[in-house]
Amino acid sequence: MILTTLEGVPGRTIVRHYGIVQGSTVRAKNIGKDFLAGLKNIVGGELKGYTELLQEARQEALNRMVKEASQTGANAVVNIRFATSAIAAGAAEIFAYGTAVYVE
Amino acid sequence: MIELLIFGGLLLLGLVAGTIAENKHLNDLRVREKKVKTLNVVNFGAHEPLPEAREAVLVMGNVVIASDFFRIYLAGLLSILGGNIGVYETLMERGRREAILRLKEQAIALGARQVLNLRLETSNINGEQGKGTVQVEVIAYGTAIR
Repeated sequence: MILTTLEGVPGRTIVRHYGIVQGSTVRAKNIGKDFLAGLKNIVGGELKGYTELLQEARQEALNRMVKEASQTGANAVVNIRFATSAIAAGAAEIFAYGTAVYVE
Repeated sequence: MIELLIFGGLLLLGLVAGTIAENKHLNDLRVREKKVKTLNVVNFGAHEPLPEAREAVLVMGNVVIASDFFRIYLAGLLSILGGNIGVYETLMERGRREAILRLKEQAIALGARQVLNLRLETSNINGEQGKGTVQVEVIAYGTAIR
């Protein structure tokens, strides 16, 4: 599966469009990570635990999007965008969407 | 009295540790940015032809960054007056530069020669729980071509 943020795939031409595909996941912070983050909030800096957590979540959202795209018979997803929204205290939704296409 | 001491101690700790961490991070950013200078990043519109490439890969970089106790308190005071809140400007700049750097480092590791259509996004991950804390996530994503 070819994934791009472009209108198409460089060096290939789009022959069919399959419409929008999307994947999302809702993740909550865990207590262990939250405790360390609590300490980090006093001194500032990167919260590595959360960086990794959100990275994994984004990969999961992307995987779900790819799964949906492959079910339609696409071999690429173009114009991919990501979005994040905090939906409750300590929980965030991460989603990815794009246009499923068939390229040659 | 004890509460005041704890509060003062936290402010001082935030100021000292926060400033050290910030300067260290900014120096680190400068050094690493020099290493990835050769990779160029181009954003373009729908009406321009796509460049020739053998392969296109989605690359991402993200970072969650928090402000310190002292700066959050200072920003709280500054927001009464309004205007620029410099301490948060630096925080956002650090986050954004770090996210772009990680993306570029990933692209270089893949052997890319260019990154196209870079997108940036920022989100507040505090939720309602995080009263008195400032945590933001910055992500950068784009298409690396080789």
